[in-house]
Amino acid sequence: MDQTGRVSVKLLALALLAAGAALAMTALLVNIFERHQEAKNVFFRVVELTDHTEDPAEWGKNFPFQFDAYRRTVDQVRTRFGGSEALPHEPTAADPRSVVAQSKIEEDPRLKTIWAGYAFAHDFREERGHAFMLEDQTYTERQAVAKQPGTCLQCHSSAYAAMMKLGEGDLMKGFESMNRLPYAEARKLVTHPVTCLDCHAPDTMQLRITRPAFIEGIRAVKALEGIRDYDPNTMATRQEMRSFVCGQCHVEYYFKGPEKRLTFPWTNGLRADEILASYEESGFKDWIHADTGAPTLKAQHPEFELWSQGIHARSGVSCADCHMPYKREGAMKISDHHVRSPLLNINRSCQTCHRWSEAELKERVETIQHRTFELRNRAMDAVVALIGDLKAARTRGQNAGLSEAQTLQRQAQFLLDFVEAENSTGFHAPQEAARVLGQSIDLARRGQLALRDQARP
Amino acid sequence: MRLVSSRTVLGWFFAVTIGAVVGLALFTFFYARGASYLTDDPRACINCHVMNTQYDGWVKSSHRMGAVCNDCHTPEGFIPKYASKAFNGFLHAAAFTTGDFPDVIQIKPHMRAITERACLKCHAEIVQALNVSDDRAGQLSCVRCHRDVGHR
Repeated sequence: MDQTGRVSVKLLALALLAAGAALAMTALLVNIFERHQEAKNVFFRVVELTDHTEDPAEWGKNFPFQFDAYRRTVDQVRTRFGGSEALPHEPTAADPRSVVAQSKIEEDPRLKTIWAGYAFAHDFREERGHAFMLEDQTYTERQAVAKQPGTCLQCHSSAYAAMMKLGEGDLMKGFESMNRLPYAEARKLVTHPVTCLDCHAPDTMQLRITRPAFIEGIRAVKALEGIRDYDPNTMATRQEMRSFVCGQCHVEYYFKGPEKRLTFPWTNGLRADEILASYEESGFKDWIHADTGAPTLKAQHPEFELWSQGIHARSGVSCADCHMPYKREGAMKISDHHVRSPLLNINRSCQTCHRWSEAELKERVETIQHRTFELRNRAMDAVVALIGDLKAARTRGQNAGLSEAQTLQRQAQFLLDFVEAENSTGFHAPQEAARVLGQSIDLARRGQLALRDQARP
Repeated sequence: MRLVSSRTVLGWFFAVTIGAVVGLALFTFFYARGASYLTDDPRACINCHVMNTQYDGWVKSSHRMGAVCNDCHTPEGFIPKYASKAFNGFLHAAAFTTGDFPDVIQIKPHMRAITERACLKCHAEIVQALNVSDDRAGQLSCVRCHRDVGHR
């Protein structure tokens, strides 16, 4: 039996080997089968979506991959110059948030000087993802120090369905009613941050414009190009829509007149100085600067405008191409609804066109941002210096040159803020950002000279 | 009647088992269109969908009539060619099975070197005057400038 025993051990080992091979082979076979199944592009319509379906979870039943990614906008990740950090916050009755983003006015106190007398000098934090737009707007301290109109909710909530309801099916009428409501009243009409139906038509999933302010704004811009009665919903290309939907909110705006109508100041064009020119024509001001008495303006996140001046826009690259790049789910190619900085997604965002390593591409972006940031700091020093001089002149009762210097402060400050409030630290259009900051520095220093020259007999 | 010895039964059992494994392996091989990888047919490269973009680009490229995937992406010579195919095939299969690869696929340095040399398979004569190596500059790269000739 000695020999049989030895053979048995050998055979046992062989059996185990064969079993292992069969196991691995079956696993591989099943995996290949699964990959084959994935390649079949399946779409199941399990719910009927209408123009009243506000809840993104409903849309998510038909489009689970898009919905999954959409929900990830809760992520808080820093990039070198942007993104947000999750900071703990002691919940209070007025502000129940347990997590907030870092404060920008604490990071750079010069901003407090620039915005003296305005709500932004009280609370201004780094922007968080889309998921927080409504919450962060509802609980910012700015609400406590200044009365905000319902207009804010145009872009801080999924306002489309609420507007349609207010206007009884007439979007324009709903828009006008909502603007006039006090913030707290209007806040009751909305429940979600931006959702599916704000950008998509429920029957065709096509992109659509739902914000009247953009329709009016882009019509003015196209009129300058000689195109009359422009309507983005019928005349824009698919690729244009991939930027236009973002441009409904990521723009410079103001509240026009006592009815607080949300308006994009684009009657002279999209560039910072053209926008400033339209403010100078209308004489609009956001507030009177507490230290200098200048009628000042606050620029707000003009991403669409700055992007429009850059090489990517010129090359036909849309917002969605980099901020919602295509990704694969199985064999399906879908656009990533986790809207975020391309620096967190370089492979999909940049390498589709740019054949360089991720490290190289990141380095290039940060070089541009570093240069813009340096120039932004110089411009901020110049504006703060002018504010200091104006304050001193007012204290010593100097009148000569004062109003000229105030005008120059208004202009210099707006142009600085245009790049500062813009969320790409110059990347969307580096040379344009530098040109605007250069103008800002020049205007601020000219304001100082005006005070000095006039002070001398 | 003589009883069949236990060793013979065992022998049959293992013959069946090993036969089953071989059968399973063969089925998997055919199901996964394994034989196509031994050919030069570009469609083998889109058996799975990962390289659809590259295939679509090649179909419209200047090289579609002159060169197939293997002409530029495998080295010269029977043994190097099939060794490279086996090595990359293993890497690609592993990546696709585990899902651990970037959506916008990136060529590996050794594959870029193969592609670089492949240009010379056809264009050596025309570039011989400018294709000099220089200690400081190194070898000129064809695809650095002509990166879209094969596919986007």
